[in-house]
Amino acid sequence: MRNLARTILSVGKVAEPAPPGPEPAPADLDGRVRALRGSAQVRCVDAGSCNGCEIEIGQAFGPVYDAERYGARIVASPRHADVLLVTGPVTRNMAEPLRRTYEAAAEPKVVVAVGDCAIDCGEFAGAYGVEGAVGDVVPVDLAVPGCPPEPAAIIEALRRVTGR
Amino acid sequence: MGLWLAVAGCAGLLAAGSALVLPPRIRVGLVGVVTAVAGAAGAVAGGFALAGHTLTLQAPNPLPLGGVYLRVDALCGVFLAVTGAVVAAAAVYGIGYFREHGSNRAVQAVWPLFALALLLVPIAASVSTLLYAWELMALTSLLLVCSGHGAETRSAGVWYAVMTHLGLVTVLAGLVWLAAAAHTETFAGIAAAAPGISPVVKGFVFALVLAGFGSKAGMVPLHAWLPRAHPEAPSPVSAVMSAAMVNLGVYGLVRVGFDLLHGGSRWWWLTLLLLGAASAVYGIIQAAVASDLKRLLAYSTVENLGLILLAVGAAGVLQDSGQQLLAALALAAGLLHTATHGAFKTLLFLGAGSVLRTTGTRDLDELGGLRTRMPVTSGLFALGALGAAALPGGAGFPSEWLLLQSLIHGRVVPGATVLVMLPVAVGAVALSAGLAVATFVKALGTGFLAKPRSRAAERAREAPAPMLLGMGAAAVACAGFALVPGLAGPALGRAVAASGLAGGQLAGSQIAGRLSALGSTLAPLLVVGAVAALVVVLKGLLRITARAQRRAAVLWDCGAGPLTARMEYTATSFAEPLQRVFDDVLAPESDLDVTPHEESAYLVEKVAYSRAVPDRIEYRLYLPVIHTVRRAGRVAGIVANGSVHRYLGYGFSAVIVLLVALAATR
Repeated sequence: MRNLARTILSVGKVAEPAPPGPEPAPADLDGRVRALRGSAQVRCVDAGSCNGCEIEIGQAFGPVYDAERYGARIVASPRHADVLLVTGPVTRNMAEPLRRTYEAAAEPKVVVAVGDCAIDCGEFAGAYGVEGAVGDVVPVDLAVPGCPPEPAAIIEALRRVTGR
Repeated sequence: MGLWLAVAGCAGLLAAGSALVLPPRIRVGLVGVVTAVAGAAGAVAGGFALAGHTLTLQAPNPLPLGGVYLRVDALCGVFLAVTGAVVAAAAVYGIGYFREHGSNRAVQAVWPLFALALLLVPIAASVSTLLYAWELMALTSLLLVCSGHGAETRSAGVWYAVMTHLGLVTVLAGLVWLAAAAHTETFAGIAAAAPGISPVVKGFVFALVLAGFGSKAGMVPLHAWLPRAHPEAPSPVSAVMSAAMVNLGVYGLVRVGFDLLHGGSRWWWLTLLLLGAASAVYGIIQAAVASDLKRLLAYSTVENLGLILLAVGAAGVLQDSGQQLLAALALAAGLLHTATHGAFKTLLFLGAGSVLRTTGTRDLDELGGLRTRMPVTSGLFALGALGAAALPGGAGFPSEWLLLQSLIHGRVVPGATVLVMLPVAVGAVALSAGLAVATFVKALGTGFLAKPRSRAAERAREAPAPMLLGMGAAAVACAGFALVPGLAGPALGRAVAASGLAGGQLAGSQIAGRLSALGSTLAPLLVVGAVAALVVVLKGLLRITARAQRRAAVLWDCGAGPLTARMEYTATSFAEPLQRVFDDVLAPESDLDVTPHEESAYLVEKVAYSRAVPDRIEYRLYLPVIHTVRRAGRVAGIVANGSVHRYLGYGFSAVIVLLVALAATR
């Protein structure tokens, strides 16, 4: 207990200084961003990813990048979520669950496709187990390119949703 | 009051007679209505008795070995009113139940006689009248238990027949001994002669009637017949057996212990208190792990009767220590619990009967999903379960609260034994109340909520109107006991005064005061009203303040496809943690059978796992006795081998020996 307190005191705050504010959200997203009022609950859906994007998302919510200070927070069920963070090409087995997850999320909802695979299937385009990109299964609002994308890029997209 | 008793008697006999002669088409309806009239008349007579009227009837010579003596006082009134009300509700219910089940003529004829015998036992005022009524009750209930088919029913019938008649033998021995010592068989005469009887004789008499009446009341370890016989009887009969018949064991103990023997010594009541506590805890543990709905309810009866016996025992101990007021309070708690238990157990058994009628199964693991299919029955069962769980707002709460109060205040009593025993009793009451919550959450949750776990449960239909009416009447009684327990105060005061408990007369007004204080300080009516108002207000507020449009969506299933009934808690899985906690008490038997593949011992072809929770007391205590009796029977076969010549020889030699003996002694 004392060690823990000492560690907390000696390490201090490790988060990098916040970059300048986000670009305004695209026009079709603007109403939803305003309805969320700066607080976005995020549900991650791995639709068939190699887990590279998951590692970067994990970093984005870690102490260094600290996405939570911008109002984004990971939750455990789409029932609690405003934002779906979808990674990977959508495999045949995950297409239906992804659709159901989208159905289950509360209105208003925002879908963010993270990584090249989510945007256009990337390396796995045309593979026998792949149904298509995320945009083929559910409507995508924002895309974060990269293989994998940097945490900073993921945070930038989330800040456009939270607006802060 | 005499008029109402006469109405009850005539209606009962009329129902039994008409069942024998009427054609099947109108038989069920008429027998049900007339039996209900008999029950209602009995309940009204009980009400008059509770209001303070008494009645004495005697006819010295109609029966061999003694006359018929009847006496109704306020103590009888409690049992008369409970029995009558239970019979009336069950008879109305029976109209719907027996019509669908196509009951046979014998059941219809015996059923009103059983009701009549139950009304007769508490008003009997002499040893022989009580024993006649007791035997009539035992025989008619035995016939009703045996009315089903199958090996289970046959085994239950044998158990019940043996145990109820052994009980009769001990009661008979005890009461006849008492009558002989008092030189009279009327209760009034015995009560007058009791101070002159030696304490040793009184002790033996009490031990004998404790065994007999205790086994009728499902007292551990003499409870073995109860979880067998109650599930096998037709459901209205199970309700009457469980809510009315077992009470008469308590009545017998109170009548003989307090009224006839004037309290006796402390060890009687300490024994009763201990056995009551053991019954309460053991009964509810068994109920918590039972997955047969009616067996669960039967074990819950063992628990509740254990609590009542505990209350009676505590009353005796406190009286012996000179705490008259607390003693009266404990006895009043016991009597109140008798009535509330009658109300909620009737409701629960009738609800279980409706489920059994439409699904054909009593196995909770096979049920589920009944809330949408039989909403009224489910709602009523929930009300009964709330009562049985003894939570505030439920029927069982006021009486258990009163019992705990009397036990906790008992710490002022001097003496090391009592000082140890009363906290133990408080612990037993608290533990059984807690486990009762788990038990009835299980019964309601796995039996009625969620999705159906079998085709039978899927096809369930709501019960017909007469059955709902019977359950509704019991539900009204439950709600009454839960919300306005104070109304029972004056009647309970009179009943305690009539029980012969020393100082009972003085305590009557105190009990009424305690109960109305309970009504004002805990105010169950107010609490329930406030909770209901809060729910309505919150719902309204949510409706008004909701920003977004409401949207109906399917239940979230992790995206993996529809939820199936296989994912639900079953009754067995719900009770598993409890079973683990009470492993040492329950000693469950589990059997794991692994079949390896024929080509390799490392590959498993099949794994079979089974687990059962047998009644441990039954196996440890009864099987050795049964084996001994069987062995004795085999030995006796050598002497009595069926040869007529040998038997004639025995008779002849017996006569010769007798004559020689007579000649020698002259």
